[in-house]
Amino acid sequence: MIVDPDVVGLSRLQFALTALYHFLFVPLTLGMAFMLAIMESVYVMTGREVWKRMTQFWGVLFGINFAMGVATGVTMEFQFGTNWAYYSHYVGDIFGAPLAIEGMMAFFLEGTLVGLFFFGWDRISRVKHLLVTWFLALATSLSALWILIANAWMQNPVGAAFNPQTMRMEVTSFKDVIFNPVAQSKFVHTVSAGYTMGAMFVLSISAWYLLRGRNIDFAKRSMTVAASFGLAAALSVVVLGDESGYTVSENQKMKMAAIEAMWETEPAPASFTLFGLPDVKNHETRLAVRVPWVMGLIGTRSIDTPIPGIRNLVDDAKVRISHGIEAYDAMLILRENKNDAQASAILAMHDKDMGYALLLKRFIDDPRKATPADIEKAADSTIPNVPVLFWAFRIMVACGLYFIALFGYAFWRASKRRLDGRGFLRVALWSLPLPWVAAELGWIVAEYGRQPWAIEGVLPTALGASSLTSGQVWISLGGFVLFYTALAVVDGYLMLKFARKGPDGLGLWPKRPDAIPPTAATA
Amino acid sequence: MFDYDVLRVIWWALIGVLLAGFAIMDGFDFGVAALLRVLGRTEEERIVLLETIEPTWEGNQVWFILGGGAVFAAWPLLYAASFSGLYVAMFVLLLAFIVRPVGFNFREKVENPRSKLIWDSGLIASGVIVMLVCGVAFGNLFLGLPFRFDGDLRMSWDGSFFALFRPFALLGGLVSLSMLTAHGATWAAMKADHSIAVRAANIARIASALHVVLYVLAGIWLAYGIPGYAISGPVVTDAVSNPMFKQVAIGGSWFASYLIHPWFWAAPVIAIVGALGVQIFVGRRGFAGFGCSALAVGGTIASAGFALFPFLMPSALDPVSSLTVWDASSSRGTLLTMLFVTAVFMPVIILYTAWVYRVMRGRVTLEHVRKSHGMY
Repeated sequence: MIVDPDVVGLSRLQFALTALYHFLFVPLTLGMAFMLAIMESVYVMTGREVWKRMTQFWGVLFGINFAMGVATGVTMEFQFGTNWAYYSHYVGDIFGAPLAIEGMMAFFLEGTLVGLFFFGWDRISRVKHLLVTWFLALATSLSALWILIANAWMQNPVGAAFNPQTMRMEVTSFKDVIFNPVAQSKFVHTVSAGYTMGAMFVLSISAWYLLRGRNIDFAKRSMTVAASFGLAAALSVVVLGDESGYTVSENQKMKMAAIEAMWETEPAPASFTLFGLPDVKNHETRLAVRVPWVMGLIGTRSIDTPIPGIRNLVDDAKVRISHGIEAYDAMLILRENKNDAQASAILAMHDKDMGYALLLKRFIDDPRKATPADIEKAADSTIPNVPVLFWAFRIMVACGLYFIALFGYAFWRASKRRLDGRGFLRVALWSLPLPWVAAELGWIVAEYGRQPWAIEGVLPTALGASSLTSGQVWISLGGFVLFYTALAVVDGYLMLKFARKGPDGLGLWPKRPDAIPPTAATA
Repeated sequence: MFDYDVLRVIWWALIGVLLAGFAIMDGFDFGVAALLRVLGRTEEERIVLLETIEPTWEGNQVWFILGGGAVFAAWPLLYAASFSGLYVAMFVLLLAFIVRPVGFNFREKVENPRSKLIWDSGLIASGVIVMLVCGVAFGNLFLGLPFRFDGDLRMSWDGSFFALFRPFALLGGLVSLSMLTAHGATWAAMKADHSIAVRAANIARIASALHVVLYVLAGIWLAYGIPGYAISGPVVTDAVSNPMFKQVAIGGSWFASYLIHPWFWAAPVIAIVGALGVQIFVGRRGFAGFGCSALAVGGTIASAGFALFPFLMPSALDPVSSLTVWDASSSRGTLLTMLFVTAVFMPVIILYTAWVYRVMRGRVTLEHVRKSHGMY
């Protein structure tokens, strides 16, 4: 039985919208938590009240964002079950574990300590409160670690094998799942993106105060923290993005080829297409501007390993589909008689390709009856949306390089104590949205680029959906759109309101620009 | 030592502990939220009530999130079948959970009575909805749900959202509503300013009495009016997880497992004794009123889980498809690994949670919120 294509499409749309929405808040939480921990550390070490006020003020904005992150995260934990029931059954034995561990190791800590961060200032000692803040920051990043271990398994499903008796993938090695190389590069890349976002948030809002001549000392100190933290984070995000690219070219060759709009295998080392218009129909990239060697170096870290192009990969997929059909046939025999030695041998030989036979289920009910035309269609369906990936990737990388430049310049100005050039401040202010652009595009490259697979090479997305009616998914999709839009309006309103109020408006800082900052004695 | 069947029973118990943990730890947050405008007659009183739960509700909610994750890891078929089958109900439940974080945080950020009324309505509704939906879902389990699996173990569901509102299931919803309302009221009686605490104690007594009456009624109904499920034929406890390999008979009693394991009776006894304890201790100094309520909550949930055992989610449409402890779990390796992780982290979680509660101990008084309301 195959799920209604409308249900698959709507469920994908709902998942993408809710995940992208959740991902507006999560990276900021990651980054802000560490900035708060750094500011509070300075407070505890120097005992200067201004650093406590900074922690508290940025903490208010952190709190607004944190609430949105928690609220939208609930949806994510449960959406696999509601909309992707077959996926949940098929890979739950592996995929469920990191989600549960995330809850126990990270989210519990985060959820328990966040209340103390806000309510504990007068109830626990300075050092204890600082520890709370650091553990809160640590927990947010640990949370990202386990979510990305789960996600990395979708990109590179190691340490698991199919069991015909239970009709699902089962763990063979948890060690492999946890130390998945994709997980490591993805984790550092993603949390660094969050740190960059947090730094930009503080940098931009501080720049606005300086432009308005408000909270001057407060803003300059905040900017200095943001510039240093942001520079380190931006460097890390680009370097580890490169590491991510390297692991992708090893494990997800089709995604890599689509990002590069590389239709044919080029002689090694491949060139990097700086600009071009991918033409999906004719399988070519028009007006391409190519930089020789660069792609081969990034993707393979060698000068003699070729990177396969899309057409070659489609041909490979055809071979894997026919092997997959044999595996599928053997699986059905084993389901009836688990002791069939011949079927066991066939499945053992081709089980890595069984997922490719499942690609056929979009076109025919029984993959064993596939015609060459069906196989052709299924193989073509392995090509993701090339123009979207091509451009999303380029804009993301451009943002990353820009962040290095901006934070580098801000860092230089901060070290020279010249954080007052109006041109610079305006640029810093208007750069505010860019980390969000980059983060959302990063999600699109990673997850939209994984299509048509839910689990790369194992389970096609179309098969993972629940057996729902499209009416049900319309209800939830419509509900989420309405509800999330309303929340976005409230969140935006509150963020603006409290950023405008500023530390002076909240009574954390004197209103007159020339006033002396409060000391511990007067506070 | 950890054979597959032993691990399955351990994980059945652990999920039960998580569920009870959620109901006890987060249940009073829902109760307090639902009573926000009943107990809190002025804005100041409402701030007091909210401040009794604001520092800790977020950690409490993780019991629910972790419950979802743990069911995913330990019982993937149950996670898949229940959440997708109860699709619209789950969606409503999710909305209720989404309102809470923003409601608690954003409510205090706009000083405008209309805006506060809107957030209060959201918080009250979310409290009532979660209590009702969870109870109705539990009630439905005893009646069997309309699902079946095909050979690929893909589930199909043959029933609508409104078909879930069956009389016994609704009674389950009322049991849950009265139980957690009482639980929230005992919390407010312990933590809120004395003027509010007196009112809260009265409500706790009424709601708790209602809980016992409805609970006993549900028990009688279950014993005499609702056919139980049983595995017929050989019960294989350590086979691969595939529900289609067993036989199921309908028509026995849901109390059959109480006859096999007489110590199961401890659960309903604890539930009723706890509820009686609420009558005696609520409103007095100390922790006893709330503690008794926690026993009532834990006992009620355990007694329901015991009655279902070994079933997790019975199917009325195709009884063979019913999910049981013996055929819906993860592989042995996953259960064992997750048990190890749980054994390491659960004690740590309990330790720091206890520490936070200790730090935040004491009543939240009107005087206190007049002076300062946390930088939240």
